Amino acid sequence: MLKFTAEHEWLACEGDVATVGITTHAAEQLGDLVFIELPKVGARLVKGEAAAVVESVKAASDVYAPVSGEVTEVNDAAVADPASVGSDPQGAGWLYRIRLDDASALDGLMDAAAYADFAK
Amino acid sequence: MPSDALHTPLHALHLCLGASMLPFAGYAMPVQYPVGLLKEHLHTRAQAGLFDVSHMGQIRLTARSGDRADAARALETLLPIDVLGLAPGRQRYGMLLNASGGILDDLMVAQCGDSLILVVNAANKAADAAYLRAHLTETCEIAVLPRALLALQGPGAEAALARLAPEVVAMRFMDVRVLDLLGASALVTRSGYTGEDGFEISVPEDRAEALAEALLTDDTVWPIGLGARDSLRLEAGLCLHGADIDATTDPVEAGLTWAIPAIRRRGGARAGGFPGAGHILDAIATGPSRKRVGLRPESAAPVRGGATLFADATGEPIGHVTSGGFGPSLQAPIAMGYLPVALAKAGTRVFAEVRGKRLPLVVSALPFVPAGFKRA
Repeated sequence: MLKFTAEHEWLACEGDVATVGITTHAAEQLGDLVFIELPKVGARLVKGEAAAVVESVKAASDVYAPVSGEVTEVNDAAVADPASVGSDPQGAGWLYRIRLDDASALDGLMDAAAYADFAK
Repeated sequence: MPSDALHTPLHALHLCLGASMLPFAGYAMPVQYPVGLLKEHLHTRAQAGLFDVSHMGQIRLTARSGDRADAARALETLLPIDVLGLAPGRQRYGMLLNASGGILDDLMVAQCGDSLILVVNAANKAADAAYLRAHLTETCEIAVLPRALLALQGPGAEAALARLAPEVVAMRFMDVRVLDLLGASALVTRSGYTGEDGFEISVPEDRAEALAEALLTDDTVWPIGLGARDSLRLEAGLCLHGADIDATTDPVEAGLTWAIPAIRRRGGARAGGFPGAGHILDAIATGPSRKRVGLRPESAAPVRGGATLFADATGEPIGHVTSGGFGPSLQAPIAMGYLPVALAKAGTRVFAEVRGKRLPLVVSALPFVPAGFKRA
C-alpha cells in the first residue's frame, strides 16, 4: 500500500512497517543532492518532527516523520551515494523503515491519485 | 514568484531553455537549467558557461569638466583604490565604504574612454546609485545604464567569444574593450565571478538575446544558473556581498587589503581620503582582530552560512560561517567565515554547530580551487 504526505514523502507499508522516502516531485524540486542524514536504527520518531535531512548544493531540507514509531532500518547506500535519492527517490533512494505505533495513522494520508493531484 | 518581479532581457530565453526561475534582488532569475547545478558547475570549470547577470547594476560616471581625471579623483573620495592610475582599457576591484569602514557594496570599476563604468551588485544598485549621486553630482554625471550583462566563463570562453570577435584573444585579465558583437557595441571585460578565465559582456538590452543565442550555438557553451554561479564563486574564495562582507565588515578583516594600494595607505601620495580611512588604515598597520577564512568540514555534512563557530567541542562562540555549501569540483563541503586571528591559520581545527551538533572543520587557504585567469 503506497501512501503520500503533503510534505512530499511516500510510505510503502507491509504489515506494521513502512518504508519512507521523498517523492519524485520533491526530488525534482530539491535538485542534485549531495548529503543525506538519516535517523539511527532504534530511534523513536514523532509525527511532524524532523527525522532526516537531505541537502542539495544550495540548501538543507528537513524530512519530517510522516508517522510516529520506531526506526527499524536505514538506507546506508543512500548516505554513501546521496545522488541515488535524487535519481531514484521512490526506489533505490528510500530513506528508512519505521514500525508504526498505530497502523491507523496511515488512514489520513493520500493515495497515488490524490497525491498526483496535490503535487500538480 | 512575486507578480511584480522584474524580467531581464533574456527572460523569454530562460523559459525556453527550461530554467527554474526564482526571485533574486527583485528579478526573476534562472537558478538552474534542466541539466542541474552540479553539471552546470563542472561544465563551467571544464569548458564554458553563459550566465545572465543583467540584474546587476551598470553605472556610468562622466566628469562634468570633460577631464576624466576629475571623475577618477571624485570616485577616490568614496573608494580606497587607485582610480586615478587606472589606465584606459583597464578594470579594477573596489568597495564602497561607510564612515566606520564597513563595506556598503563591492564593485568593479572600468576606465572606458572618458567615462568610468561601475558594475555593482543587484541588491544594492539603487542604494549605490543614490549614494553616488549624493556625493559626486557636483563633479560627475551619473547614469544607470539600461544594458544587459552576460558573463561567459570557463577555459573555453576565449575560443567561444573569439568566433564573434577574434580580437578578444589579445585581451588579458582585467582588460576592457569596446567591441562589435553581431553589430552591437559591446563593452567587454576579461573578468568574472567564477575563478575561471572569462568575460563579462555589456550590450544594449535589445541585443542581448541574439548575442546569447549566438554564443549558445557553440556546443561548448552551456547556459548556467545563479545556483552554480554561487558554488563557483565560493570555490574561488570570492566574497558575496550581504553574506561574506557587509556594512559590519571592513576590507582588512575581509582579506581584501590587496585591493587597497600603497598610494592610498599611510605614507602614500594620496593616502586616505575615503570613508572609514582612519579605521581601515589603522587596521592595515596593526592587523585586524578577526579574519575571513576558508573552512573545510571534516565530515560530509555541508555547513551553511549563519552557523556559529567554536574553538572546541564545548566552549563559547568565536565566530560564524558566512557562506557554505558543497563544492562540486572538490566533491566536498566548503565554507567561509570569520575567526579571531589567533585561530585563522590554515590547518587550525574549529567546530561549527549544525543541527545541535558541533562538527569539526579545518581552516583552509583560499581559493579552494586555483584561479584560471589569463594574466600574461
